[in-house]
Amino acid sequence: MSLFLIVSLPFLGALLPGLMISAGRRACALTTLYVTLAAFIGLLTHVPTIMAGGTVTARLDWLPSLGLNANFYLDGLGLLFGIMILGIGLLIIAYARYYLSREDKMGEFYTYLLLFQGAMVGIVLCDNILMLLVFWELTSLSSFLLIGYWKHLPEGRQGARMALTVTGMGGLAMIGGMLMLGQIVGSYDLTVILENREAIQASPLYLPALILILLGCFTKSAQFPFHFWLPHAMAAPTPVSAYLHSATMVKAGIFLMARLWPVLSGTDAWFAIVTTAGLVTMVLGAVIGLFKNDLKALLAFSTVSHLGLITMLLGTGTPYGAMAAVFHIMNHATFKAALFMTAGIIDHEAHTRHIPSLGGLRKLMPVTFVIATIASLSMAGIPLLNGFLSKEMMLEEASHTTLFNSPWLVPALATIGALFSAAYSFRYISHVFLGKERDDYPSHPHDPGFGMWAPPALLTCIVVLIGIAPFLAEPFVRVVTGAVLSGTADMPYAHLKIWHGVTPALMMSGIAVGGGLILLALYKPLSRGWEAAPRPEAKAIFDALIAAVVRVADWFTQGLHNGSMTRYAAILTATIIVVGGHAFFTGEIAPPTREMIELDPMSVAGWLLLVVATGFLVFCHRNRLLALVLMGVVGLMVSIGFNYLSAPDLALTQISVEVVTIILMLLALNFLPNTTPVESSMGKRMRDGGIALVAGVAAAGLIYSILMRDFAQPSISDYHLANSYKGGGGTNVVNVILVDFRGFDTFGEIIVLGIAALIIYALTETLLSGPVRARLLNRKPDQPRAGDAHPLMMVVMTRVMLPLFLMVGVYIFLRGHNEPGGGFIAGLVVAIAVVVQYMASGFSWADQRQRYPYHGIIGAGVLVAGLTGIGAWYAGKPFLSSAFGYFRIPPMEEFELATAMGFDLGVFLAVVGAVMLSLHSFSRLARRAEMNVSEHAMDIDPSRPETPAGEES
Amino acid sequence: MELLIASAIGALTAAGIYLVLRLRTFPVILGTSLLSYAVNVFLFATGRLVVDQPPILRDDVTSYTDPLPQALVLTAIVISFGMTAVVVIIALGAYLSGNDDHVDDQPGLFSEDGDDADSEMGSDYAGGGKTTTTEGSA
Repeated sequence: MSLFLIVSLPFLGALLPGLMISAGRRACALTTLYVTLAAFIGLLTHVPTIMAGGTVTARLDWLPSLGLNANFYLDGLGLLFGIMILGIGLLIIAYARYYLSREDKMGEFYTYLLLFQGAMVGIVLCDNILMLLVFWELTSLSSFLLIGYWKHLPEGRQGARMALTVTGMGGLAMIGGMLMLGQIVGSYDLTVILENREAIQASPLYLPALILILLGCFTKSAQFPFHFWLPHAMAAPTPVSAYLHSATMVKAGIFLMARLWPVLSGTDAWFAIVTTAGLVTMVLGAVIGLFKNDLKALLAFSTVSHLGLITMLLGTGTPYGAMAAVFHIMNHATFKAALFMTAGIIDHEAHTRHIPSLGGLRKLMPVTFVIATIASLSMAGIPLLNGFLSKEMMLEEASHTTLFNSPWLVPALATIGALFSAAYSFRYISHVFLGKERDDYPSHPHDPGFGMWAPPALLTCIVVLIGIAPFLAEPFVRVVTGAVLSGTADMPYAHLKIWHGVTPALMMSGIAVGGGLILLALYKPLSRGWEAAPRPEAKAIFDALIAAVVRVADWFTQGLHNGSMTRYAAILTATIIVVGGHAFFTGEIAPPTREMIELDPMSVAGWLLLVVATGFLVFCHRNRLLALVLMGVVGLMVSIGFNYLSAPDLALTQISVEVVTIILMLLALNFLPNTTPVESSMGKRMRDGGIALVAGVAAAGLIYSILMRDFAQPSISDYHLANSYKGGGGTNVVNVILVDFRGFDTFGEIIVLGIAALIIYALTETLLSGPVRARLLNRKPDQPRAGDAHPLMMVVMTRVMLPLFLMVGVYIFLRGHNEPGGGFIAGLVVAIAVVVQYMASGFSWADQRQRYPYHGIIGAGVLVAGLTGIGAWYAGKPFLSSAFGYFRIPPMEEFELATAMGFDLGVFLAVVGAVMLSLHSFSRLARRAEMNVSEHAMDIDPSRPETPAGEES
Repeated sequence: MELLIASAIGALTAAGIYLVLRLRTFPVILGTSLLSYAVNVFLFATGRLVVDQPPILRDDVTSYTDPLPQALVLTAIVISFGMTAVVVIIALGAYLSGNDDHVDDQPGLFSEDGDDADSEMGSDYAGGGKTTTTEGSA
């Protein structure tokens, strides 16, 4: 089966449980099982290739320029983890079917489980470290969902948050490390990275990359000092604990260390960090685990300890250590998953996991007893079980390892770790199953149904099988070890066997088992001593740390983000000035290359008008109407400037936009206060003025430097000038750019404009249907109203002018392609023509004669533009390609028709619609406020003489 | 000429930023409009200043000004109208429903009644409805 399919099956399958749950719990569980089974079988089809020493690859280049490819490859290491993930996954799914109670949402559970499974399979099969990072984060997320599955339990929620925080932070660190690794090698493909051992270890980035990657691995695999999240994650349902927190996810860190072992290991830094962390974790986890009274906590700390053991083995950097690590990964997954499941069975049947409340279950739950005992003994390292074999190899490796110049340190600590490990394994058996039968269990315990004990029983069979006949597993272990070493070191000459003769390792093993029995015998006094001794509580420290971080974040965001927009704007401006200033003062600037254009008195006069109007505007901005007038002056000067500087199209656009903007502002000012009160202190105004002045000088300086120099790069404008007539059929290059070269841009722009108008319409609707409506109806104008709201002269004038106006609009539209003009300007002109009617003859009069809704006009515009663009498809050209031709209809002169004109028509309609819809919406607010507006034009307000404005009628 | 354009852009920018830093909606809107002028002229000027060479192709003319910034600025002018209109309706809506045209969070705003100018707006809506009826019947 293709690797793509194996990876995507769980993800696709994750859609099913939620659907199938409506067909019943059985169907839901079976569907999940089949999905995993399909992926599992698909994986197994590759076993012959892998066992023959080959690899399987699947490649899909996605964004090769970024090094982002969807590559997958399968070798021995990937196969081992794949089998663990999917194989144990099968057992877990079956087990969970019976474990979950009726109240639990099974569909949700299986969906999360499959998501997790897919992410995990992705990690172990992918060949691109960027993809690996994505899958890595996905496991953190899905494990968060699974740990917090019982949302009603505070422990579950807190444990989930803690796990996500720790593993998520580690993941972030790892992203940095992986990017550095990719930088060193120049490729993000794992297979390429693995071939560059020398380059990586010689690079100055090696150490930072190593530390960052190890942070990711250690947090994921719960290595000291990040071990504390794993026990809290035990608030999850037991199938999750068995699956994620013993067999798979916590091994992801181990997997990555093994995967990158060929390129990262063998240096002093690797040895010191990894071995030490592993050793400390192993001993610490074992000691804490012994004294835990919660069954799952005991197992959690034992998992921490065993992960430490594997880490330590990988840290030694020898091939034998790698082989031992691989073998222990296999063995640990089998016995630990089985143990978790038995813990879940006990919890399920006896309704408690508190060890002091248990004991004597041997006769009541004989099947569970047998399974748990075998698995525990394997964990303790008793011969004829698989745990013994790999523990023996670990001790053998430890006895040859010298850390910090001391040949005794590692063997001694390893023995202590093994000793405590044996002790808690024995405790699990004796304190839960042995001893007197009690009569105060919360529930009457008995063996569960077949479905629940079969999965751990199957795992126990493997435990025994490998324990008795290790040679069966040896070929596979060798293939996996070969994949870990990946050609950088020779395969160790050791064989997996039960009896190696009397070696130091056997003696250490003997000490460990004997010592474990002694510890168990002395458990009561030891436990009292442990309880009395002061120990740091990881959760309290973590919570305090989080609280401190939250306080700092609060302080920081409150300082910046205090609800004052003025402050944000000031900070933003100041930041831009500082960054720009830095660039200006540290960069280099070439000497000016352009001549200055001669001044003439007219332009100086225009400049003077603009600057003086701007200055007045600032000083008189409190008088809002005056400010608007000055604003009009500024806009007028800007458009004259455009005209003078060879931009007739811009001048036309600017002046028509100016008109509609001022009308809009006047409509708004009708409701807003007429003056702005003085509020800010002199100091604050000086500060703002200072910021504004510096920004103004900076902007002026920047554009002046640009203006005095030629283009640094050749501009693409020459292409537009050269092809405007040949390719676009128009001589007005600006218009051809708008409707042809960059037609897609313009298409987007008119849509944006339409959306803006619709927003205004929607907001007006909301305002008019809410409490504002009452206020508007209740509002009294603050100025006396004009006697004749619609003066006769103006009404007559505008009505006479309307056809002329429209004619000008059509003229500007038609000439647009060759002379200044076009859809935008024509649209604005026509909009002004219509607005004038509203102003002169009144809203009601004009509105009654306007038959097309403005939304429709916007929509029609976008549609026409879009259809014109699509038309190009029928000629086999890309979207919005234009065509043109010249036609002659006697007696008229020859004229040109271009499809771009259709597009421009769309622009025209959209602009008319958008402008009119905006102004129309504003006018509706105004109309609400003056209910007694006459329906007829040319009216004289009869109420006026009797009732001066401001009094009630 | 270059100096005039640069100083005009500087003046518009400075005035725009000063007004944006004010506390009421209307000056802020004026400020953004001034900033829009400044930015549009700035973008247009990056095509360098040329007099009397509009980008309209003629048979006897060989040099033209840069048409590209013009095309970009043309749409920018129209879009800035749309933007201004949206900002104005938001400001207006906020003022009409909250009877306050500050741009910053005002502590304790919703505990007070409306201030002096339009205090009748703060009165209860049922009374407002009654007044309307009388006004309409007049």
